Amino acid sequence: MINTETNPARVIRVVVLALWLVITVFPLYWITITSLKEPGAIFSYPLTYWPEAISLENYVGLFEKAQFGTYLGNSLLVATVAASVATLISMLSAYVLARFEFRSKGALMMAFLVTQMIPAFIALGPLYLLMTQLKLVDNKFGLILIYIAVCIPFCTVMLRGFFANVPDALEEAAMIDGCSRIGALFRVIVPVMKPGIVAAFIFNFVNCWNELFLSVTLMNRDQNKTIPTALNGFITSYNIDWGSMSAAAVLTIIPTMVLFAFASRYIVQGLTAGAVKG
Amino acid sequence: MTRTPIDTVGRPSSRAGAPAERPSAQAGAPRAGGRKRAFTTRKGFAILGFLAPAMLFVSVFIYYPMISGSQMAFRNWNLTNLTDTSWVGFKNFEAIFANPVFYTVLGNTLLWVLGSIIPQLVIGFAIALWLRRKFRFRGVYQALIFFPWAISGFLIGILFRWMFNSEFGVVNDLLAKAGLIDSPIPWLAEPGSAMTAVIIANIWYGVTFFAIMILAALQSVPDDLFEAAALDGAGKVRTLFQITIPYIRTTLALTILLRVIWIFNFPDIIWAMTGGGPANQTHIVTTWMINTTQRGDYGQASAIGLIVVGILLVFSAFYLMAIREKKDA
Repeated sequence: MINTETNPARVIRVVVLALWLVITVFPLYWITITSLKEPGAIFSYPLTYWPEAISLENYVGLFEKAQFGTYLGNSLLVATVAASVATLISMLSAYVLARFEFRSKGALMMAFLVTQMIPAFIALGPLYLLMTQLKLVDNKFGLILIYIAVCIPFCTVMLRGFFANVPDALEEAAMIDGCSRIGALFRVIVPVMKPGIVAAFIFNFVNCWNELFLSVTLMNRDQNKTIPTALNGFITSYNIDWGSMSAAAVLTIIPTMVLFAFASRYIVQGLTAGAVKG
Repeated sequence: MTRTPIDTVGRPSSRAGAPAERPSAQAGAPRAGGRKRAFTTRKGFAILGFLAPAMLFVSVFIYYPMISGSQMAFRNWNLTNLTDTSWVGFKNFEAIFANPVFYTVLGNTLLWVLGSIIPQLVIGFAIALWLRRKFRFRGVYQALIFFPWAISGFLIGILFRWMFNSEFGVVNDLLAKAGLIDSPIPWLAEPGSAMTAVIIANIWYGVTFFAIMILAALQSVPDDLFEAAALDGAGKVRTLFQITIPYIRTTLALTILLRVIWIFNFPDIIWAMTGGGPANQTHIVTTWMINTTQRGDYGQASAIGLIVVGILLVFSAFYLMAIREKKDA
């Protein structure tokens, strides 16, 4: 790109970009600072913008009183398994939607897109009844099954954009060399599409990690709760335990932020490929 | 369009031409068709086999509960009285349309969508334009401003609820330090400021998405276009409106559509910050629906859900028509 920027324009650019960075980071900084204050210091005036005494009391309380380790483990298990399986299944359906022409293809794409339009709450009651019949209420495996289903539509549309960018000739060559279609998919296409698959997996993982309403509805016993459900538990009708809440928030945000930081490049590619071609 | 020749001349000729063409098409059919069918069957198995897992999961855990949930909208389905779940036709819809709260909620939803999406689009666009330029630490900057997207709507609601706290909230403290306010604003307790607060939280969350999508679209605009514009002496604003925006129009249009649907349907932030209060003033359609569910009236809640789907379908249809017309012109 050629440089046509004048000096005032440069100043405006730097100022706006810096300002937005501060706006983005400040809430995260603030919740972290809050979590490191002693429970008493959270409600003291004037506010302190720099912790005078760092205290881990809120964090220790989480693991001692609230079994946060269990919730963390549950979330990790549910999100990893659901995101992996959903990515795998979506890869197959996205491949078909990108490579083949068939009669009901348009309808199928619409069917996936419409799921984005319908409020999830419409399904909550019947889903609970269904899971009761399947004896999967309050069961991590049951939650995983539902999360897989929730991830599939958007993930399929996103991956379809990626497949559309990979030339057909690649797997045709592999199939002429004696690969089966599925063999060609996994041996030839998947390695080429790694950035897209990584982006899709991370997207699914973050969605499952953050999901609240389904897990609150389906998980009751403490040993089965995921992190968002536990966070929800810190809100009682009159009061919020801000110390525990902010510590829990920090612990919840860190894993997804680390993932995003490593994969931000892939995510840009992933989202756009899906949107432009989908 | 070539409608006139087909209508006047084409009709009789097509009637005459059709029988003549059909035998010739059938003559070649057995051989070519046979080979084609063998190929189609194998292709059909591949399509079915590859699609089966996705269809199975989505049908059982999404479509079935959604359809089953939708039919509750036409039933008397209330947790307080489960002995009578008879069909009631449009009674639930009538009750909603007769409820004045519904119109408040619709107005709030409109405000929530427009108030969120316009600033998101403008700020996101500006950031994307500037991120096109190479500068030191651009990768780090990009990764940092992505962070809101890694956080759940519910947690963002909690974060901002804490910051907008009237006594110990950092927002009031900063405003007071800057000399902008004399006494703390009870942000989440008053209708106007509560709506402002939830919208600010949503803007914070959504700018990133626009920035990512627009940035990626901008990367497809060839540099020569900008060079040519610069040679012709086009200014920054003219280049933006006459070259950049037309070039990425499709992505822009689709991103806006997707975002309108998502924001319309996104109860998490509001639910965590205000729960729809004070006095229904921050309820959008979906938080109102959750509220109705919690009161046990699944019939009415499903009816609200169907109204949401209806509004979004009509909106999407009109929107898609509008952007298509523009493309033809």
